[in-house]
Amino acid sequence: MDRNTNKENIIELRHISRTFDDGFRVVEDLNIVIQRGEFVTFLGPSGCGKTTTLRMIAGFESPTEGELLLNGEDIRDLPPNKRPINTVFQRYALFPHLNVFDNIAFGLKLKKFSKTDIVRKVKKALEMVDLEGFESRKIQTLSGGQQQRIAIARAIVNEPEILLLDEPLGALDLKMRKEMQLELKSIHEKLGITFIYVTHDQEEALTMSDKIVVMSEGKIQQAGTPEDIYNEPKNAFVADFIGDSNIFSGIMTGKYKVRFCGAEFECVDDVEDGTMIDAVVRPEDIVITTPDQGIIRGRVTSVIFKGVHYEITIQSGKNEIVVQSTKKAELNAVVGLYIEPEGIHIMIAGNLMNRIESGVDREYKLTFLNGQLDYNILSLIPGSSFQTDGTIVNGHGDVIEPDKIRIIVSIKPRDITMSDDKEAGIVRGNIINMVYKGDHYSYVVRTEEDEDFIVDDEYLWNMDDYVSLIIPKEKIQYTLKK
Amino acid sequence: MGKIRFSRAQLCIPYGLFLVCFVFAPLVVIIYYAFTNGQGQFTLENLTSFFSSPNTIGTLAYSFGIAVVTTGVCLLLAYPVAYILARSSYRHKSVILMIFVMPMWINFTLRITALKEVLTIIEGNLSFHPFLNTVIGMTYDFLPFMILPIYTTLIKLDGSLLEAAADLGADALQTFLKVTLPLSVPGIISGIVMVFLPSMTNYVVLDMLYNSTYIMGSLIGAYFSAYDWHNGSMIALILLVIILLFTLFTNRYSDSDAGSRGGVFGA
Amino acid sequence: MKKVCAAFLGLMILLMYLPILILAVYSFTDSANIGAIHGFSLQNYVTLFTKPELREMIVGTLFLAFLSAMISTLLGTLGAMGVFYSKRFGNIVVGALNQVPVVNAEVVTAFSLCVLLIGVCGVDKSSFISLLIGHVVLESPFVYLSVVPKLKQMDNSLYEAALDLGASPAMALRRVILPQIFPGVISGFALAVTLSLDDYFITSYTKPATFDTISTYVVNATRGSQTNIKTALWALSTIIFVVVIVVVAMMNMAEKNKNN
Repeated sequence: MDRNTNKENIIELRHISRTFDDGFRVVEDLNIVIQRGEFVTFLGPSGCGKTTTLRMIAGFESPTEGELLLNGEDIRDLPPNKRPINTVFQRYALFPHLNVFDNIAFGLKLKKFSKTDIVRKVKKALEMVDLEGFESRKIQTLSGGQQQRIAIARAIVNEPEILLLDEPLGALDLKMRKEMQLELKSIHEKLGITFIYVTHDQEEALTMSDKIVVMSEGKIQQAGTPEDIYNEPKNAFVADFIGDSNIFSGIMTGKYKVRFCGAEFECVDDVEDGTMIDAVVRPEDIVITTPDQGIIRGRVTSVIFKGVHYEITIQSGKNEIVVQSTKKAELNAVVGLYIEPEGIHIMIAGNLMNRIESGVDREYKLTFLNGQLDYNILSLIPGSSFQTDGTIVNGHGDVIEPDKIRIIVSIKPRDITMSDDKEAGIVRGNIINMVYKGDHYSYVVRTEEDEDFIVDDEYLWNMDDYVSLIIPKEKIQYTLKK
Repeated sequence: MGKIRFSRAQLCIPYGLFLVCFVFAPLVVIIYYAFTNGQGQFTLENLTSFFSSPNTIGTLAYSFGIAVVTTGVCLLLAYPVAYILARSSYRHKSVILMIFVMPMWINFTLRITALKEVLTIIEGNLSFHPFLNTVIGMTYDFLPFMILPIYTTLIKLDGSLLEAAADLGADALQTFLKVTLPLSVPGIISGIVMVFLPSMTNYVVLDMLYNSTYIMGSLIGAYFSAYDWHNGSMIALILLVIILLFTLFTNRYSDSDAGSRGGVFGA
Repeated sequence: MKKVCAAFLGLMILLMYLPILILAVYSFTDSANIGAIHGFSLQNYVTLFTKPELREMIVGTLFLAFLSAMISTLLGTLGAMGVFYSKRFGNIVVGALNQVPVVNAEVVTAFSLCVLLIGVCGVDKSSFISLLIGHVVLESPFVYLSVVPKLKQMDNSLYEAALDLGASPAMALRRVILPQIFPGVISGFALAVTLSLDDYFITSYTKPATFDTISTYVVNATRGSQTNIKTALWALSTIIFVVVIVVVAMMNMAEKNKNN
């Protein structure tokens, strides 16, 4: 096969946006290039816009803005029946009034193939999905897995240039799903056509794809190979969504030096001194040592056996650290933790925010630093409401324990002002770092509670100045930690 | 015998007895009367006289004619209504459906009276177009019974099947013919059952619109008035056989929960 | 295309309601024929409520409808519960026989019942017994059919749970099962009332000669020539139309309140 034709772009999304009738923006300024023969997965939580994107490629929905190119031509106005694209639907959408043969032959008959061609092609498609001889079976007599295979056969028999798969394995049980993942992968190799796959299952995406597009809130968070996405997540969302990970906010304290969890670590990323960062550490990259040998210390708060490994949770100061280890740890034991420089992935904090995690008390009140903050917990948990006994239940009616709630309090550096009047602000601390950023200085203030705040200020202060921070309550944003 | 224990199944005994006495027994009596004469002797005369008289055969044919045309017209009007309503994005679909179904609850004789007054103005004399007027009257009476089951089937139709058809290359018309229409057959069949048999037998509509031709129902009425219960029973039996064949044929296609007259009351 | 569809629906609604609306307009005039232009008058409504014959007919129709609907609801509901819990006999006998009046032509049901009751059993029509039985035969199968789905939706172990907690079978049925299927019972009752009000054939074959329901009265009136009765019936039609609209609107509101 000619390598060059393999590399050509088959589908391109340029500045695609889609707004629903009620004004909700499902997809915002999407730019994706997919090459011929690739297995591309759109990955993200439900409601992230991945299915809408797929439906726009299929032609069931049209973008409100932007261009959708197929082989270099805009197909925005091409109806789905005219596109050389076929879909495997989430709930299969097999026609209940037709048998297996007629379901698979549906597209071929419309394209006016001869009877013998149709019989031959259907037979071949059934072989491809390992269901030879199922032609005359009724759809209702098939198991979920078999229906899934027929849905695939019905799509690929039309020899589309692109096959779209909308969470096709969602309705299958775990064992069946694993089996079908491998089978889909081998079908992809045999056919050599482009597969665009939608899933919310990160493991499925990592196993199957050549390329993963991670989406959240209608935007692309990161696109790349599974290895890139896993090893070099671009931001906290990707890191959190792909695999298990610990994310700590910290700052760079020198060349290849980063500070988080109250200690300084060596790292391999060269990021400018003083930059606020998020450090991603995979649980399997943390080594449990004796208390003296580790860089930081902590107390083991839970040990869960997971089959291949133990999942050990360690409390170190205010930070909760999850470690995967094949060795068991004793509950309540004090241990040391060591992280190899290669195990720390540094991400420059997206839109530089001070993010401080905090718990809530029994009444769900948020006590933060020295004061109580007003926030609306119900707006953070979708569908939640207060019960008469003061507890909160979520949309499914499950009680949410106050000690399970972690709130992330965010404030932009430029919304904080510094004052030398000790009583003016709600927190006080020393300036431990300062960087000149062209039109302003970016300071890092370490408070008495050992929290680091970034503050942007146009006036010059000195290192080690003792200041109080004025944080306007209306500028604080609250998010729920998942 | 010991004490009989209460079982919940026994609750159906009163209703069971009622059905046996007033539904099953009348059927037996009808069969008995249909094959006997005034002296209580077995005879096939009632049967042969029905099928040998041009009058009664003509009545059967006329009933079929009225029923086929009425059912056809109802289907042609009801299907688009149900289809548009089911596939539309109107916010108050159920209210609009109610508007179409509401006439069912207004006494049909009063509705036919209203129709008669309007037709009289238009046509001047109703006796000029007896067949047409009857079909209009029957359609006016039975249209909701056709709309309701078709709507019920179409509203349950999975939208992804239509997308799948388009995805596989079908245009709007092909999607309708190959997917929507075949999948709405149960609703259509239910509607036909609800309309066809009443249009063969509801002779009051003909009476009120001054159509003096007999349909099958009028024959029963005439024999009833003449106290000729043997021939009347034979007509009833023939209608029962037609109904039985009809039910056997349609049972294979019909959708059990669409079509009941109670559909709209579904609380 | 959307406009064409909306226009079609609008036209169909207009055609379905036009005769009733025209009749409603003319019911407020002193005209004896539609088409003629006359002045406003409430004469038809006065006649409707003052003429004893008309008043008795309306009261009789309503009384028959509610009485037969209550008996049908009791029989049909008990039948549905019994069949639901019985293995074979109930399902086969009651389930199958229940379908007969549903699919049968009304005139055949009416005639066969009449042959049995009057011809074989010698029941006197003027005793109202045949009329009442006839209406119950017509209505109870539909009550049965609206209760059965509610039973199927119900959690099967509710009854056992009630017995387990110490309820007697009768108490379990009344306190636990009945509330569960109550919406079906109510809609069955409503359906039974409308079926009775709409019926012509059963009534005309089984009624006493001196008794009339709206249906039989209207049919006789169209054969007769009394114009003041004819136009009083226009008023009746208008009143029924308004009542139906009010009931439907109330049902819709109740539905909405339930959803909120």
